[in-house]
Amino acid sequence: MTAATATVDERVAHVGILRRILLKPEFGALIGAIVIFVFFASQSDVFRSWTGAANWLDVSATLGLMAVPVALLMIGGHFDLSAGVQVGTAGLATGIMTTYWGLQLYASWAVSLALMLTIGFINGFLVTRTGLPSFIITLGMFLGLQGLNLGVTKQVTNTVQVGNLDLVPGYHALNNILGSTVTIGGADFPVAIIWWVGFTIVASWLLLKTRFGNWIFATGGEPNASKNVGVRTDRTTIALFMMTSFMAWFVGSTQIVRFATIQAQSGIGQELYYIVAAVIGGCLLTGGYGSAIGASLGALIFGMTEVGIVNLNWNSDWFKLFVGVMLLLAVLANQFVRRFAEQSRR
Amino acid sequence: MIGKRRMWVVVAAIAAPMLVVSACSSRNAVNKPHNQSGGGKGGYGYKIAVVTHGGAGDSFWSIVKNGAVQAGKDMGDTVTYQSDGDPTQQAKLIDAAANAKPDGLVVSMANPEALKSSIENAEKAGIPVITINSGEAQSKPYGALSHIGSDETIAGQAVGTELKKEGVKNVLCVIQEAGNVGLEQRCAGVKDTLGGTVSNIQVDNNNLPAAQTIIKTKLQSDKSIDGVVTLGAQVAQVAEGAISQSGSSAKLATFDLNADVAKGVEDGKIAFAVDQQPYLQGYLAVVMLTLYNSNLNVLGGGQPVLTGPNLITKANAAQVLKLAAGGTR
Repeated sequence: MTAATATVDERVAHVGILRRILLKPEFGALIGAIVIFVFFASQSDVFRSWTGAANWLDVSATLGLMAVPVALLMIGGHFDLSAGVQVGTAGLATGIMTTYWGLQLYASWAVSLALMLTIGFINGFLVTRTGLPSFIITLGMFLGLQGLNLGVTKQVTNTVQVGNLDLVPGYHALNNILGSTVTIGGADFPVAIIWWVGFTIVASWLLLKTRFGNWIFATGGEPNASKNVGVRTDRTTIALFMMTSFMAWFVGSTQIVRFATIQAQSGIGQELYYIVAAVIGGCLLTGGYGSAIGASLGALIFGMTEVGIVNLNWNSDWFKLFVGVMLLLAVLANQFVRRFAEQSRR
Repeated sequence: MIGKRRMWVVVAAIAAPMLVVSACSSRNAVNKPHNQSGGGKGGYGYKIAVVTHGGAGDSFWSIVKNGAVQAGKDMGDTVTYQSDGDPTQQAKLIDAAANAKPDGLVVSMANPEALKSSIENAEKAGIPVITINSGEAQSKPYGALSHIGSDETIAGQAVGTELKKEGVKNVLCVIQEAGNVGLEQRCAGVKDTLGGTVSNIQVDNNNLPAAQTIIKTKLQSDKSIDGVVTLGAQVAQVAEGAISQSGSSAKLATFDLNADVAKGVEDGKIAFAVDQQPYLQGYLAVVMLTLYNSNLNVLGGGQPVLTGPNLITKANAAQVLKLAAGGTR
């Protein structure tokens, strides 16, 4: 370990490679993912087969797609409790406009995007204008959208689901983009996995290589100081909320296209799992610290566990206990590693 | 801070496409918006309050509500419907409904003990009570006029018997709501009459894509599973996909019904569905309270009225499909 002398400014001091790796927010999640994989793969031959991999990657992708923007938002210092229910809103909007109001599929897909961006904008705008915690603002949005999803769906359909999207012209082309599968090793991998990897890379690049990424860290780390040095914190916050809503649109569309039907209660309660994935991936609840890749690794851990437990024929009643314990362990491990790394820096 | 003008540009830009919707025609629509069916117009004019434990957004309870509301229209009664899955909240809703002095109260008792005092207080105030769906055993002791519902165990046994006929030996029972006693009873009922193995698995009703993968994984991990029983219509559809994707030849049976399930039965992808006819539970409760108020009638002298199990097979699926799309089956 290199020890910086007191005379050298700590910001330019040379930091050893090991410590630099330990300091990465996604380090804990990476170790966790490897441990979980080795554990389940050694116990179950289905888990380590191609078909098994397709299963746990599928669960991870659905979660990971949302966990990535949620992680960015958390780094920016905010929560979005409405992220889960927004997935339902997006799917329902596309479904109702297409199958009940007869709007062309792609047109309603676009209108649904506009609707979701508006929701994200409202979230961000209210948070920045009122200065209230995003927890409260998005809690209101969460409850409101839950009622809106159910109310509108019941009003239009008299049931609680919207279906028959597969009868609409243009469906198959959209299904190829969002809901199809790629066959590798005899197993069908949902195309959502590719989107998930792609969005993770884009988000990481955005976070680490662009000015906007710097602004996210700054806004979440110390909003007042950032504002004083010219960071457009309000604009950054609004953009982050709109990114979350954009992804909700994407995931909601994937869901309705894949199953050709969507339920009014879709997505409710999932927002907490997005946050769990982001936290396992190294995001701090206080903002200013975290990683997009970490969030995806968190989602991967979650997906592998959920499917792995079934592979081992364990009683699935205990799944949530497992997740809870894992979350606590991950957070404690992250904190321990970070403290160790920061102490040895001095 | 974003400049005011710039902000309005952003708002306008994202709001503009929404106007497109209002300009569109409904020529391409594949689904028809529902029309409130007409029905007779009775002139009874009673006030009837329905308080259930059904979750908002649950397809089953949406049909119960549709039945109660339609009965209100047909009888000329005013029907109010409220629900809360939390027993203590449901008790408060019952108290509030009773305070409004209705001519009748319809209650589902998923957790009877928690509702006991609220129901008895309502009866003391002279309000006739009918219990529906769950809580049959406590209905009479709590002083209710009657109970309308389907016995979960009997329904489960009916499914077990049918699956046995199909030669199924190892059943996977998919539970979509953790801690719901009725769902556990259904699986236990299946086990009673199947004479084979029944294993339960938990999935999340609000995350159906994951539920599908979980069922698929289970079928791949245990190839001896030759039957899948789902306990809700929404899960049946994803189970259908899970079975075909995993290459399993397991037979699928489901409790409860919706349009997709009816279609699945018609296409032969689902062996059969067991319906407890939720529409009847809502509709009959309102009718029975109306007749009690107007004519002191009590159906069967207060014995429980069974609305199920009603078997949907390939023979009647096509007819039921039309009705399910309208939200009454």
